[in-house]
Amino acid sequence: MKPAKFDYHRAENLQHACTLLKEHGDDAKILAGGQSLIAAMNFRLATPSVLIDVSNVEQPNLVVDEQSGVRVKATTTQRFAEKHAGLRRRIPVLVHAIEHISHFQVRNKGTVGGSIAHADPASELPAMSLLLDAEFAIASATNKTVVPAEDFFVTYMTTSLQADEILSSVLFREPPQTSGWGFHEITQRAGDFSLAGSAAIVDLDNDGKCSYARVALFGVDATPLRAREVEDALLGNQCSPELIKEAAAGVRGIIDPETDVHVTEEYRRNAAEALTLRALEDALGRATTD
Amino acid sequence: MVANKKITLNVNGVAYDREIEPRMLLSDFIRHELDLCGTHVACEHGICGSCTILMDGLPVRSCLTFALQAEGKAIETVEALADNGELNALQNAFWENQGLQCGFCTPGILMSMKAFLEENPSPTRAEIREALSGNLCRCTGYHDIVDSVVAAAEAAVSAAQA
Repeated sequence: MKPAKFDYHRAENLQHACTLLKEHGDDAKILAGGQSLIAAMNFRLATPSVLIDVSNVEQPNLVVDEQSGVRVKATTTQRFAEKHAGLRRRIPVLVHAIEHISHFQVRNKGTVGGSIAHADPASELPAMSLLLDAEFAIASATNKTVVPAEDFFVTYMTTSLQADEILSSVLFREPPQTSGWGFHEITQRAGDFSLAGSAAIVDLDNDGKCSYARVALFGVDATPLRAREVEDALLGNQCSPELIKEAAAGVRGIIDPETDVHVTEEYRRNAAEALTLRALEDALGRATTD
Repeated sequence: MVANKKITLNVNGVAYDREIEPRMLLSDFIRHELDLCGTHVACEHGICGSCTILMDGLPVRSCLTFALQAEGKAIETVEALADNGELNALQNAFWENQGLQCGFCTPGILMSMKAFLEENPSPTRAEIREALSGNLCRCTGYHDIVDSVVAAAEAAVSAAQA
């Protein structure tokens, strides 16, 4: 199918985009890479009357090192981020997750900010923002704010962004240097949306006890979720195979997955537990006690 | 009432001036405005890969791009590959290895593989399969397509050594 009619405005810069958003408000959608939005418009699942195109807005220094992590400008393509050597060195789990987003042809246009603002609960980057304690820089014509990832995702494809607000950059925090990571998802074919996914970061102290833990889930609830119950079960303890198995089972009680045409709710519950266990095993295997 | 927009797009090295509705997809611009029908359209939601073209050298889905977004970019379609009716090395490898049956998916595969081989001139079969995963072929089972890409890579390497 073809998109319904809309009026098109090309933003010259971030400030211009904010001004256009203020002018057109609820009728407008931001068009970045368009890899989710245009597909939805082609099926007329989305029929915005105004598009504000930020795909040609130049954001200098797309990926910038900061003390606590790496700041990625919203219009950075997923492919650019995936090939960024500094990002790969400091936050390897993020690059690994990006490689799982659709296909490289889609990542050539799809943006980091667009995927997060779209907030599909089955997609990788929203979950990564929870895993990596991300902070979102948000701009409007009159204001600039910072929102932690945990306060951002409201429900399916719905965020705390107001009609006049735009996500301008994301600060992904660098995990402890000696930590290890794991990332697993299930898809029906390479590049498909995940049926369920889980990622983990674990660090160990000198005694081999867990000193840092992050677990984030996707595709198993109305938003991506941080699994604090799993993290708490690990923290301060020796991570024996029995303990991580028990901890991973903790995801069952905190997720609320759906049955759809692909798989059942029960399948997603089982998958979330199994994938969390694998992610924890990988994270422990990569962590060092130094 | 939504006003039409005037645009100039650079496709295969030629600048085209047109007046279009903002909602016109790049895939439809290429096919209907320019009559370049080598770019195929099937799923229109970025899954099948048959509409893949190069934008500033990078393969993208032309069905997930508005024509207006391509202003100022260099667009290449499958028509850019052959030189005066002579198949290029990549196309020839598909011809020699029967890397197609009905041929519907082939233009998108060629454009994806052109960029892929430039980035990775000597890929493994596994890397080729991974790179092909963004292009659906319902005829071949992919085996001969992988053979074709291997042959194209080998031909390019031996041409470079000659």
